Amino acid sequence: MLFPDLIRLTTSSFLAYRMRSFLTGLGIAIGITAVILLTSIGEGLHQFVLAEFSQFGTNLISIQPGKTQTQGGNVGIFGSVKTISIEDAQALRRLPNVEYADPSVSGNAEVRFNGKTRRTMVIGGGHDLPRVMASLVQTGSFLPDEDPTQARALVVLGSKVRQELFAGQNPLGSYLRIGGQRYRVIGVMEAKGQMLGFDLDDTVYIPAARALELFNRPGLMEIHLSYKSGADLQSVLRSITTLLIDRHGREDFTLVPQEKALEVLGSVLDVITFAVGALGGISLLVGGVGILTIMTMAVTERTAEIGLLRALGARESQVLTLFLGEAMLLSALGGLAGLALGVGIAQGLHLFIPALPVHTPWLFAVLAELSAISIGLAAGVMPARRAARLDPVEALRTE
Amino acid sequence: MIQFENVSRSFMVGGQEVAALRDINLSIAAGDYVSIMGPSGSGKSTLLNLIGLLDRPSSGIYKLDGGNVTALNDEQQARVRSEKIGFVFQSFHLVPRLTAAMNIELPLILAGIPVPERRMRVAQLLQNYGLTDRADHRPDQLSGGQRQRVAIARATSMHPSVLLADEPTGNLDQTTGREVINLLEQLTEQNVTLILVTHDPAIGGRAKRQLHMVDGQIVSKTET
Ligand SMILES: Nc1ncnc2c1ncn2[C@@H]1O[C@H](COP(=O)(O)OP(=O)(O)OP(=O)(O)O)[C@@H](O)[C@H]1O
Ligand SMILES: [Mg+2]
Repeated sequence: MLFPDLIRLTTSSFLAYRMRSFLTGLGIAIGITAVILLTSIGEGLHQFVLAEFSQFGTNLISIQPGKTQTQGGNVGIFGSVKTISIEDAQALRRLPNVEYADPSVSGNAEVRFNGKTRRTMVIGGGHDLPRVMASLVQTGSFLPDEDPTQARALVVLGSKVRQELFAGQNPLGSYLRIGGQRYRVIGVMEAKGQMLGFDLDDTVYIPAARALELFNRPGLMEIHLSYKSGADLQSVLRSITTLLIDRHGREDFTLVPQEKALEVLGSVLDVITFAVGALGGISLLVGGVGILTIMTMAVTERTAEIGLLRALGARESQVLTLFLGEAMLLSALGGLAGLALGVGIAQGLHLFIPALPVHTPWLFAVLAELSAISIGLAAGVMPARRAARLDPVEALRTE
Repeated sequence: MIQFENVSRSFMVGGQEVAALRDINLSIAAGDYVSIMGPSGSGKSTLLNLIGLLDRPSSGIYKLDGGNVTALNDEQQARVRSEKIGFVFQSFHLVPRLTAAMNIELPLILAGIPVPERRMRVAQLLQNYGLTDRADHRPDQLSGGQRQRVAIARATSMHPSVLLADEPTGNLDQTTGREVINLLEQLTEQNVTLILVTHDPAIGGRAKRQLHMVDGQIVSKTET
């Protein structure tokens, strides 16, 4: 039997039982729709989150105090001995292939101006902080590149702080009080928006040394280091480790390359997408049961036809192929309809709720269609085998 | 050439063995025209099914064109059916959702005959059986006589050497039945072996050889 004939024969029975075929296909279609919709949203979120993180660039290394066994954790906050300092950051900056190494320490503090008080986030950093945050200065300038240990009391405002405290006024040159100390405003940042729950606009930026003093901390929370793109990550990590061990006498710090962190985050998000897709897969199973039912009915109804085919010289395997073909055609068409529906609804959702990111990778579509076909195949096996094994004489006698 | 040597066929019914065919010895030459008659339940259809390789004897040997076909496996038997045997049934057995042309094409499809060859054969058959203008009609749009003509066209599409017809006129009126018999008889002129089961003595009497069956046995053979 030639392949086009197989298609022709299976389509003929598909068309002969239009309504029934439609409903059976619908079962699979709904399953695929659910899978595609859910994974599209999952993948959309995945890409959204990764984009949020990688806007800071991917050749970043975070240096954190304390040695942890697993990446990401940070026990340094509790250890008083294990600290990293502004001097460490300065030393790191002189390493080859390092673009910048910016100290970082943050917390909340009260900011006062002209009788108005606001509790905001205070980030202590260095001259390169805007590059770390991928943000721009709107007016004035950012913290100067000066000896961090002799840092002057200068402050740069987030756009929201500026609005709340200086509505309409030019803040440049004014003096603020942060935690009781006077700071001179030298710049205002452009609006940046939320980042993982932190309002980066409701923030003020002061020199790291000042922030350490303000929060009464012995050491930095983190050093943001950026290496030249094209430089080998491993050798950069090695030179950082050597330098810091040299300075500290032991390895009491943790290096977290952004690349690695993104990888870990990515795989976590993948698992979530997969789990959500599997949830949709349950409805696909229900569709499979529908196909099983319909094909079982079809074999019973068409017993005489099966006997005839055998009399005309059809081998058992040909009868098997024909019925499997029908089951697969049902599920393949249902799957395609589901794909269209799933992508359609996902895009529609995105249109109405632009904040909801959706993305349907080709691979997902192909995998979904393949799983639809495999479900058709699996559901078709039992009825098709029954058809193939019918005794032709018996089959011909039923009418 | 069909040869039956001590062929028996029995069925188990409720734990009891029912003999449908008893010790049949039979030889039918290529191109023979044979009718089988006998009362209901005498084993005519069972005999035909055995000849058509749809069924296997309980004992005995069946040789087709000199080869022992009882020894073949299912797949090999299907091949022999496809290449050498054509069936015509009382109830036509057309596939209701396929057009007349496609019903005729079915054995060719199953045998994997290439499309151009197939088209030619189907067109020729449609013409031979006066069905050209019915080619795209489905069975429920055809008369009984037309349906049986489609069935005969289908049975001959693979150029079988043996044509088995089990009461082919059973569902037709007399005139139409006569026409169908004529069509079948024409085939014997092309050296096709025709084996015809019938209840109608007038039809059965036309065959060169007439077998009468009673209770699973051939009780008389008439040659004309
Ligand atoms: N599958 C079966 N199971 C049990 N008994 C069967 C089976 N097939 C045939 N028989 C029995 O074998 C005998 C012969 O049946 P067969 O169908 O060959 O008769 P027939 O001569 O064709 O009759 P009719 O003229 O009514 O078609 C009958 O007694 C029948 O009951
Ligand atoms: Mg019979």
